[in-house]
Amino acid sequence: MTKYLLKRAGQALLVLWAAFTAAYILLQALPGDSILIKFQNPELGLSPEQIAEIREYYDAGGYLHTVLGFLHGDFGYSVDTGAPVVERLAEGLPETAKLATCAFVLAVLLAVLIAFGSAYSGRLRGLLLAVPALFISVPAFWLGILLIQIFSFRLRLVPVIGGTELQQLVLPVLTLAVPISAPIAQVLARSIDQVLTQPFVPVVAAKGASRSWILWRHVARNALPPTLTVAGLVFGELIAGSVVTETVFGRGGIGRLTEQAVNAQDTPVLLAVVVLAATVFVVVNLLVDVLFPVLDPRLAT
Amino acid sequence: MRWLSWAVIALVVLWAAVPSLFTGYDPLAGVPAEKLQEPSAAHLFGTDAVGRDLFARVVHGSVQSLSGALVAVAVGLLLGTLLGLIAGSVRGVVDETVMRIMDVLLSVPGLLLALTMIILLGPGTVNVAIAVGVGSVASFARLARAEVVRVRRTDYVEAAFGSGGTFAGVLVRHVLPNSLGPVIALSALQFGVAILAISTLGFLGYGAEPPTPEWGLLIAEGRNYLATSWWLTTLPGAVVVAVVLAAGRISKEIR
Repeated sequence: MTKYLLKRAGQALLVLWAAFTAAYILLQALPGDSILIKFQNPELGLSPEQIAEIREYYDAGGYLHTVLGFLHGDFGYSVDTGAPVVERLAEGLPETAKLATCAFVLAVLLAVLIAFGSAYSGRLRGLLLAVPALFISVPAFWLGILLIQIFSFRLRLVPVIGGTELQQLVLPVLTLAVPISAPIAQVLARSIDQVLTQPFVPVVAAKGASRSWILWRHVARNALPPTLTVAGLVFGELIAGSVVTETVFGRGGIGRLTEQAVNAQDTPVLLAVVVLAATVFVVVNLLVDVLFPVLDPRLAT
Repeated sequence: MRWLSWAVIALVVLWAAVPSLFTGYDPLAGVPAEKLQEPSAAHLFGTDAVGRDLFARVVHGSVQSLSGALVAVAVGLLLGTLLGLIAGSVRGVVDETVMRIMDVLLSVPGLLLALTMIILLGPGTVNVAIAVGVGSVASFARLARAEVVRVRRTDYVEAAFGSGGTFAGVLVRHVLPNSLGPVIALSALQFGVAILAISTLGFLGYGAEPPTPEWGLLIAEGRNYLATSWWLTTLPGAVVVAVVLAAGRISKEIR
């Protein structure tokens, strides 16, 4: 068990290092030197010596230096604003974490609703099972705009600007949750169907258990592991989804920061965001692997 | 239902090929007197802020989205299948290395990967398509490798080797064609995913330049008139949803 965990942790670190290196190489290969473009502007009236000095400030001294910096939590300086990247990340992280956590919880709720709903009802089943395919085909930015249009402009339930924190959060959370709930719902529905075909189900039913008892006490537990795997895999999409959601709703956060970084060719910031996303992905999937034997004791041996 | 998905794709392909068959309006020049009109018989999707027919812009914009998605799928399909074929047939260290690199690609969300590529390549229609395509290489490589490994173990491949076939010859003549089925199904799915991603990047402003009627850009432009003109954002988005849904259904069908 310990050996398995150590091996998985080692693999996780390796993937993380590789993701960092790949992003570093890609972003360093940038043809247009973002620092030169920004500071060679004649209006600034900087001498070549001053520009060289500025370069030294940003170019933290190559790959090794950057790796060591990341390990110490020093992500370099934003080319756009000159502020330390850590500061800009720390500014955006709480907002995005709040948004992403709420969205993930809502996505799981939606998925459970769709999957168990389809297991209960005969007539609605086809309709409910078509919902994930629809959810996955909807552009998130369009969904956000549609929600603003319906709930803010038509029904006037949520103010466009201002309002309570809950009012500000509800539409972005919905926008972020809908596309992410689709794969979770699909896998959950499929594994429920699979578990329902197993012989223990008629046995429990013969003992007089109701449909609900079977579904929630027996089937749910057995359908959980594959669902957990997908939930882990889509977790990384929350950061990507926040780029669109925060832009549409004009919220601050990691997603907004990413968009600004791409517009300003701010490579140090983008590098940090990519590493952050990869870290979240790797850590969440490591947690899923650790949870697996707890949920299914057969795997622990 | 089955014919409906094919009909949607066929219609959009026709829009891209001969737009003048579907609309007589100019997608770029507007009639200021007819600005911001609601959908009507004369203007199916209404008109925008400078009096351009929105339906004409959606029809003429389909070529942007479709060709972009084709480039994206081609990049993913070619690179991914090649890597998967090499990994699955050579095995050993090469296999391990290639697939671990694919794992790394999968650990970064597609949109972030595309944005990284856009910082690298710069904005623009073709670059956006390439960026989206690179994001799908890992999925293609994984699937192609799994198929190649499966097919390589079959009797007829053994027989082809046994009857004196060269490594490359057997690979191209037997392994590759028999591994392609699921890969083609994934291509159909990725086609829809690419349309979605391209419209997202277009919406964020990294794709086509403003007068061009790209679908994501149309929705971005309509955002300024949310309170008064619902059709400017709702209708182009509905077209995107229809195309992506159709591509997904077709992928399921041929799998």
